Amino acid sequence: MFYRENGQFKTSYPADQQIFAINQDRWAIWGLVALAFAVPLLVDQYMLRAILIPFLILALAAIGVNILVGYCGQISLGSGGFMAVGAYAAYNTLIRIDGMPLLLALISGGFFATLVGIFFGIPSLRVKGLYLAVATLAAQFFCDWAFLRVGWFTNNTPSGSVSVSNLQVFGLPIETPAQKYLFCLSLLVVFALLAKNLVRSAIGREWMAIRDMDVAAAVIGIRPMYAKLSAFAVSSFIVGVAGALWGFVHLGSWEPAAFSIDRSFQLLFIVIIGGLGSIMGSLFGAAFIVVLPIFLNQALPWAGGLVGMEISTAAILHTEYMVFGALIVWFLIVEPHGLAKLWSTGKQKMRLWPFPH
Amino acid sequence: MKLKQLTLALSLLAATAATVLSPQTAFAQAKEQFFPMLVYRTGAYAPNGVPFANGMADYYKLVNAKGGINGVKIIMEECETGYATDRGVECYERLKGKNGGATVFQPLSTGITFALTEKAPGDKIPLITGGYGRSESADGGVFKWNFPLTGTYWMAADVLIQHIAKKEGGLDKLKGKKIALVYHDSPYGKEPIPLLQERAAMHGFSLQLLPVTHPGVEQKATWLQVRQNRPDYVLLWGWGVMNSTSLKEAVATGYPRDKMYGVWWSGAEPDVKDVADGAKGYHAIALQHGAEPNSKVVKDVLALVHAKGQGTGPKDEVGQVLYMRGLIAGMLAVEGVKRAQDRYGKGKVMTGDQTRWGLENLALDQKKLDALGFAGVMRPISTSCVDHMGANWARIQTWDGKKWNFSSDWYQADDSILKPMVKNAADKYAAEKKLQRRTPADCQS
Repeated sequence: MFYRENGQFKTSYPADQQIFAINQDRWAIWGLVALAFAVPLLVDQYMLRAILIPFLILALAAIGVNILVGYCGQISLGSGGFMAVGAYAAYNTLIRIDGMPLLLALISGGFFATLVGIFFGIPSLRVKGLYLAVATLAAQFFCDWAFLRVGWFTNNTPSGSVSVSNLQVFGLPIETPAQKYLFCLSLLVVFALLAKNLVRSAIGREWMAIRDMDVAAAVIGIRPMYAKLSAFAVSSFIVGVAGALWGFVHLGSWEPAAFSIDRSFQLLFIVIIGGLGSIMGSLFGAAFIVVLPIFLNQALPWAGGLVGMEISTAAILHTEYMVFGALIVWFLIVEPHGLAKLWSTGKQKMRLWPFPH
Repeated sequence: MKLKQLTLALSLLAATAATVLSPQTAFAQAKEQFFPMLVYRTGAYAPNGVPFANGMADYYKLVNAKGGINGVKIIMEECETGYATDRGVECYERLKGKNGGATVFQPLSTGITFALTEKAPGDKIPLITGGYGRSESADGGVFKWNFPLTGTYWMAADVLIQHIAKKEGGLDKLKGKKIALVYHDSPYGKEPIPLLQERAAMHGFSLQLLPVTHPGVEQKATWLQVRQNRPDYVLLWGWGVMNSTSLKEAVATGYPRDKMYGVWWSGAEPDVKDVADGAKGYHAIALQHGAEPNSKVVKDVLALVHAKGQGTGPKDEVGQVLYMRGLIAGMLAVEGVKRAQDRYGKGKVMTGDQTRWGLENLALDQKKLDALGFAGVMRPISTSCVDHMGANWARIQTWDGKKWNFSSDWYQADDSILKPMVKNAADKYAAEKKLQRRTPADCQS
């Protein structure tokens, strides 16, 4: 009833090609972004620091992984490693160069992650699918090893744990949870917009052509090497920036274990559950993977309290894993194309509502 | 799924999420002191984490059974970290504002300690890291909110070297000896390295570093190196499953167990139980206490908590090494609050800032410890604005195949080595963070 494009005529190509072609969509997204920026006024510190900030950062990382896995079809298990490269490169840039602005340090984190990403993307020219996943695993283990062993990367701190503080951007401090949240949100919005436009452009279509059938793509004149390596580059850049944010803004002090193989799997799961080949899906997936475990962890004792039962700490965590695992399986059976598909089905139904045929 | 059902389900979920995730501010009851507990009862380190958590919980229950802290009841809540730093940070954020505000946090992980060290000053909540954490935080002039009470890893490493030197017949006899450090490859395992390197340079022994990756069940390569190099002594900085694996590998390689010395995390019952006779002769450092099943405080816990069916965990583990560690961690937190009450009002609920003053002016002499039931378990602890460690005594204990026995006299860490190292590291930290050392006026607050 409300969600119709009837009467909205496109009179120019730019109008026809915009991201949200339907007026209602555009208003909704503007409203959503405005709401997101107003969130610090509405919620408390815990919500910001423990839930929303990790959500934003992992969503950003997931967008990066989605470009590689979802759009270009190159399965990667090295994302955690690329995040680590971003975090440690940004850290070294920040402390080794006097007066280095934070934004530039983050971008340098992304830049070095890009270099490493391209290097470890080279095997993708020869190996495909699961074999590539195993090859990218090497990136993960190499990064783990390098940051644990090479003292230079951690500024020779005895414990191998590094930390940053007194962050600021253009003279504005990034200290309070609200400031951190807004900083991460701004970056996410910028990168999401960039990524969305990139995947709609010629290069995005090349990635998708490679994903769908690389031989056919090569036949019609797409260079596989260029397409694959550019996907690795763009993806690692975004993942690297997200890694730097994870260390700088979320943890404040971190060790290589923060970017272990678990992180790579987590990102891959976010992308699969959120929806392969969808920017929106990355956000949904991150919300699912980040928020749900915390929610379950707190809802279980609460639910136990309702029926007068006290659940032990260990049992809560075990139940959390079981419920979470079951939910993943259930979601993948009900909707193998991820939460993003569920979202578009919902939109489709909204168009017909209230008179479906 | 139908759209209507989906919307309904989603809105229901959102509503529950809002109720559950919003902090409970409803009960702002007076006279309740909130002690959050970050624990790990699951994962690879659970065998060590569980007795620690049980001991801490039991001590809080014991205090409540005895009438609270001058009448102030303790409420506690556990949060499972699984030894993961991001989980620990989430737990900290979740618990810090609950029930009128957290009194003190005990991160129970070196990684989480590092992360919380950045956050605690802003929230004005002290961190107790009794025997673990970051070693330079013993310097209260820079680390206002960190309290590595009863010892640090540097102190532990120092005592171990002293003990080895004594066995060899003097520090000068260490020259040319080979000592290997088999360590858990994490901030925890790397902590002792600077001190050992300092000592190695002083006495002319060679230090060999053998890292073991998390969780430590795969150590064949490490012990192959031990077999090749034949170090005179092996220091074990292991944890959880890594300890028993190390001991089994030592048995397999034929490395004498009585040449192996563990840190206190490697010196509890779960670490050696599986190997039992194979671990006979293996030593570990005991920061103050060992297994103390006959101490008065343990009898109190059994009588006042476990006899009433309120005990946490199995009864036969009460009094074991890590259980005692948890008990003492609980005691130190409670005594900090008690000391703060001396200044800010007996029988009142203390804030984090006030508790920090209490911990900074802790004066637990032998008489007080005896009254608390810690006679023979601990030596006096007294902290000050600059010294946040409070005591640097330790003993060596040895596993006889069935239980841990003390096998040495008391040692004291060498302050002439530790103090400058702590100060240098703390100054480096302060410079990095652009912090000023605390002024005498600040020490009074």
